[in-house]
Amino acid sequence: MKTQLPIAIAFLSGFIMILAFFSANPGMVNFSQNLLTWVTIVGGISLLLGIVSILKVNLRVISERGKDWGFKLILVLFVLGMSICGIIWGTKENTPFDWLFQNIQSPMMSTMFSILAFFVASAAYRAFRARTKEATILLITSVIIMLGRIPLGQYLWDKLPDYADWIMAYPNLAVQRGIIIGAALGAAAMSLRIILGIERTYMG
Amino acid sequence: MKKRVICLLLFIIIFYLFNFETAFANTSEKSSWFRIDRLNILILLILFSTVILLYIRSAKKGKEFFIRKISGLEAVEEGVGRATEMGRSVLFIPGIHELDEIQTIAGLSILSKVAKITAQYNTPLLVPVRYPLVLAAAQESIRGAYLDMGKGEDYDPEMARYVAGEQFAFVAAVYGVMRRDRPATNVSMGAFYAESLLLAEEGHESGAIQIAGTANPEQLPFFIAACDYTLMGEELYAASSYLSKEPLMLGSLKGQDWMKVLLVICILLGVLFETLQIGGGFFYKLFIEH
Repeated sequence: MKTQLPIAIAFLSGFIMILAFFSANPGMVNFSQNLLTWVTIVGGISLLLGIVSILKVNLRVISERGKDWGFKLILVLFVLGMSICGIIWGTKENTPFDWLFQNIQSPMMSTMFSILAFFVASAAYRAFRARTKEATILLITSVIIMLGRIPLGQYLWDKLPDYADWIMAYPNLAVQRGIIIGAALGAAAMSLRIILGIERTYMG
Repeated sequence: MKKRVICLLLFIIIFYLFNFETAFANTSEKSSWFRIDRLNILILLILFSTVILLYIRSAKKGKEFFIRKISGLEAVEEGVGRATEMGRSVLFIPGIHELDEIQTIAGLSILSKVAKITAQYNTPLLVPVRYPLVLAAAQESIRGAYLDMGKGEDYDPEMARYVAGEQFAFVAAVYGVMRRDRPATNVSMGAFYAESLLLAEEGHESGAIQIAGTANPEQLPFFIAACDYTLMGEELYAASSYLSKEPLMLGSLKGQDWMKVLLVICILLGVLFETLQIGGGFFYKLFIEH
């Protein structure tokens, strides 16, 4: 029963969504949209699970004065602090929650994202070292693309942007489409395995 | 019989809950029950399902299939072995998407196999997740794997933990794990976006052996540049079948391959017919939604 019921639910949900995809009947479309709304509602409620997990893991370390307990204390304080601010004063503009988000959370997330620029450089350096035939082709292609995308490239040779565009529009796009078609077939086959209950490893 | 009755009852309850009579109220619009513009997709779906089901049937009868070697998956056991020898943990990231993304489910299926190996070698496993539903599924997946290996007593629900709901807050939390715990093996399987390179580069910096897989083509170059092994697109979805070696799962992979052959033939014929301006645009119409 413990495994049969989830499989039955997966089968029915998948089957209904397929039916709804091929039907324009308002009742059927409404039905499938309601199912998707349920997913959102369940996802929202489950946030409580996440908060419990964060508090459980970190409070244990804090109480035992474990490794890096100071960082975990800051994390717990901010989880509780932002939750309390949101519950008491709401999340609209000019509320304490908004202030915390705009002045602490948002800049920290931007900082994380900006590190990407440095990592692109270090990863590109490793990938473009011409140690093999393939890496050399990659290096030459990337030089053409990068120079073709900036004014300096056009200044050096006016045909360079055309070559860069050609590489992006033909060899690059062909490979991307190949990967996308393969992935789409893989996703469809996996969906079929899940709907039919053959694939059940994700359920434990 | 009991299972079928349960399914039927469940189906009736769900339909009742969703007030299905609205569907029957519109039966006057005869054409609205089926979207004729999606007939080509339906034909393809039926054909695809039939091919896969036929291969599953022959797998059930005991036919063995050849599946090519995927080095990234072969390296999973090697990676866990390395972590065991070094006395360090294995870090598994099932992507940053919600459970409604098929890549996340593919990632969780791989997690189940990885957890079985870590259970076998008593290697610590860490699974940071971004969504609570994924947390619940990951915990179940790991628990099931540990029970299967007869190591139920070693299972700790905190192996999978919710770390943050925001994309870059999640990255910061995983950085912390990579810096402080220094896992010997990082396995990233699922849907990844801008954080793919951030995670992979940090993992490279920490000296971990890295195995990554995603079906997002834009992120693949980053994984290829920074990881030791990369599963590309369909390999991610094939991974659970490949690792399980179950004939039923492998049968579906073989069916998928034949569909690919069929699509390649259609594309080649389409190119030929469209170039020569013959066939009245049949192949063009076959692949577009009208």
